[in-house]
Amino acid sequence: MLETRDLSVGFKINSGGKKAVLMAVNKVNLNIRKGDALGLVGESGSGKSTVGRTILHLNKSTGGSVIFDGQDITSLNRTDEKILRRRAQMVFQDPHSALNPRMTILRSVAEPLILHTKLRGPELREKVGTLLEIVGLQKQFLYRYPHELSGGQKQRVCIARAIALNPELLVLDEPTSALDVSVQAQILEFLKSIQKELDLTYLFISHNLAVIRYVCNRVAVMYLGQIVEQGETEDVFNNPKHPYTKALLEAVPLPEPGQPRRGKPLVGDIPSPLDLPRGCFFNTRCEKAMAGICDSRSVPNYLVENNRAVRCFLYNKDLQLEQA
Amino acid sequence: MALSTDDMTAPTWAEKHASSIRTLRLYTKIFRSNGAAMLGLGIISVFMVLVIFGPSFVPYPEDAQGVVHLERKLLPPSAEHWFGTDEVGDDIFTRVVIGARVSLQIGLIVTGIAMLIGVPLGIIAGYVGGWVEEAIMRVTDIFLSIPGLILAIAIVGVLGPGIFNSMLALSLVWWPGYVRLVQAKTLSLKSAIYVDAARSIGASRMRIVFVHILPNCMSPIIVKASMDMGMAILGAASLGFLGLGAQPPFPEWGAMISVGRNYLPDWWWYSFFPGLAIYLTVLGFNLLGDGLRDILDPRGRE
Amino acid sequence: MTNTPVLDIRDYRLNFNTFDGVYHALDGVNLSVGKGESLGIVGETGCGKSVTVRNVLGLLPSPPAEVISGEILYNGLDMLKVTPEQMKKIRGIEIAMIFQDPMTYLNPVFTIGTQMTDVILAHQKALAKGEKKSRKEARAHAVDMLRKVHLPNPETQIDRYPHELSGGMRQRVLIAMALSGSPKLLIADEPTTALDVTIQAQILDLIAELVDDMGLSVILITHDLGVVAKICDNVAVMYAGQVVEYGTIEEVFGRPKHPYTEGLLKSIPHPGRPPEELFGIPGFLPNLLNPPVGCRFQARCSKAMEICGTPAPNRNNAAHDRTVLCHLYSEGFDDA
Repeated sequence: MLETRDLSVGFKINSGGKKAVLMAVNKVNLNIRKGDALGLVGESGSGKSTVGRTILHLNKSTGGSVIFDGQDITSLNRTDEKILRRRAQMVFQDPHSALNPRMTILRSVAEPLILHTKLRGPELREKVGTLLEIVGLQKQFLYRYPHELSGGQKQRVCIARAIALNPELLVLDEPTSALDVSVQAQILEFLKSIQKELDLTYLFISHNLAVIRYVCNRVAVMYLGQIVEQGETEDVFNNPKHPYTKALLEAVPLPEPGQPRRGKPLVGDIPSPLDLPRGCFFNTRCEKAMAGICDSRSVPNYLVENNRAVRCFLYNKDLQLEQA
Repeated sequence: MALSTDDMTAPTWAEKHASSIRTLRLYTKIFRSNGAAMLGLGIISVFMVLVIFGPSFVPYPEDAQGVVHLERKLLPPSAEHWFGTDEVGDDIFTRVVIGARVSLQIGLIVTGIAMLIGVPLGIIAGYVGGWVEEAIMRVTDIFLSIPGLILAIAIVGVLGPGIFNSMLALSLVWWPGYVRLVQAKTLSLKSAIYVDAARSIGASRMRIVFVHILPNCMSPIIVKASMDMGMAILGAASLGFLGLGAQPPFPEWGAMISVGRNYLPDWWWYSFFPGLAIYLTVLGFNLLGDGLRDILDPRGRE
Repeated sequence: MTNTPVLDIRDYRLNFNTFDGVYHALDGVNLSVGKGESLGIVGETGCGKSVTVRNVLGLLPSPPAEVISGEILYNGLDMLKVTPEQMKKIRGIEIAMIFQDPMTYLNPVFTIGTQMTDVILAHQKALAKGEKKSRKEARAHAVDMLRKVHLPNPETQIDRYPHELSGGMRQRVLIAMALSGSPKLLIADEPTTALDVTIQAQILDLIAELVDDMGLSVILITHDLGVVAKICDNVAVMYAGQVVEYGTIEEVFGRPKHPYTEGLLKSIPHPGRPPEELFGIPGFLPNLLNPPVGCRFQARCSKAMEICGTPAPNRNNAAHDRTVLCHLYSEGFDDA
């Protein structure tokens, strides 16, 4: 249903008087089937949010293309863009700043309906009431302002606004990371149930691996603008192939006593996207980096078993032989 | 459906406005805890009373037009003439009170025109960006780099003296401040997530500007406008004093001082009372603006 | 615990006087941390976990904060009553604190070397003249501290400005700065929340290592139960201004007793297991302007009984140093 082909996004920036291009997203290929929930996971600066924003035309892409339902939507005229906005919606990370502080909940949720439908007056109010009901809020919230609501309630309002036009695709950008865990659990449960009910396709962006594992059936791991591993969620979590995926999974502290000491945490910092390492972007922090290979040649994607792609020389059979 | 249309359309007034009422109460409390702001509010209240009811209670209404009563010229303050009289025997108290009306007009018109020019330009500059922003902001910089009053004098010099021309001149030098203010605010709001959210549901540029950006810029605009009221009055009085603004015998404070200056120091009341009026009014608007800033600026509040 | 507590908070009650009324932020908090121990305080937004420790170093402005009762004993000295002079000798030297966002606590216009040296020199005001370090010695000490927190190339990094360092490095600098006065107690308020997981893992390892090396006592405040489980010995779970459960990590996370702790543990998706159903806790935090009578969790509790409308008894199980604030255990409990 949604496909990105070599999608790249660069931002022009000024660093110390020098003009430079920051490659936030570097030739990303994603493939989301209808009804999928694809998790896009990565640390800050990995470009995961930029991918989501670019698909929805909130950023301009600088290379590659986005295919939505068989149609290239990389550049659209205004009418087509309006149709896209109906069919694909976004939920943002911080529900507090995603709502205009001077608008009541009624006006916020009604906005997409006003823009795209002819509903007005009492019918509009009724529709908004129904939407609030779907997301589990009572109608007394209609005339409240965002600052009177808790974080979880605000995120429900944002979701109500996003599903108002019956979209097919929802891009969820860290929808629960600003929320407390008990509220996060409610929202995640709810997102899972409406995905079935409303027949939605999700692109779920998060830095939280546990959340991704809970919601998504497929997962793509990003590092410095590239997808380093992509596959079925359970496969990736049970048997991570890329050294970065492995390290990421091991770095998450588990909420249970007596956890065994797992692998050594990754050393060093994420390199600056303005000064990308040569070869594999991960080679500066990788335990298994092979001198002369990983630090000089750029890595292709290797297809290993069951629809699984890994961007790592460890999975190049010829190289392995060479090394041996 | 659980929600009947009746339910939806008839929230009680108190329910619908519960949040506004709370906010208003909070504002009142913050404002009242600020002594200076309350003083400002007091001064401006007196000023407004003079503006509204002045003409109906002044003792010698005809003196506002500069009627000549040479038999009582230059009398010191007394029970009949609280602020004394001027060189043609007009009651200064009457003229100062009527002058409040003129001052308010000047303040409102000058800040009003300045806002009408400055706010749209600021929003355009901030929202559109690129060369449009460069062009608008550089012109703004040029205006800001010339002292306002001197530019106004130059403009009046071209247009010719008079109350109308002086207001026009002041408006023309006043707008750049609003451009700067609104442009900065728009720039920060442009990247606000709710603006992104509005874009992602397909809101047009106009809608984003008028529904999402402008209402959230209003607080600093109101604060600046309230302070500018005072400064505009001072500016107009300065032009009047220099003989470029309102012409005597028009009851304008600056023009009154301008003439009264010739009678210093013996007939001090002639220029003292109009001067005091200017001083208090400007002070009042500034203190009021400070108080409004405390209320409307969310920083420094829980 | 067998060893005497370094910090002992007893029956601590604190209100905020706000425009909307009195906000009952803390209601009878009891906590203690022993020498060389690390205590985690967990809870969700608004539970009072940060507020609890702010006043250990007198960091809550009053008004609006108002201490109603209780004491915070640091080695027997009540921190709520110390004079500003005494406080100066304790801040940074006896007790140090680190915060969530390191950038906010570093001055952008000075190099980290300048800032660290200043801190080290300031700590010495109490010393006699002969014992004081010179600026040069202080700088050497700063380099040592940076080495201790594993900042790569401390000799050159010390002359950098905060914006030239990454988030993880800044947090290391802040930890080095906090530890430069060799404090006995470190209070860390969400130290890794702003960091990425791989960097968080590094910082947590560092804190654990420093606790062992320096015999530090640590209070770690976080909303992330995983972080606490990783580096703490004991944990206190807070809800709506009360400590609802306290005990060792094994006890509390392995055999939670309070329904809130149970709910909290069930609401976290587990990264290491395939998804099972999640149980969010329904409802919202009670409004602390007008807290409910009795148990503060009753409205959201699946096991609420009639008796929950009366204040819950604090049950201790002395053998295990375990506390649960819940009527379910009014008969006491024993640990199987």
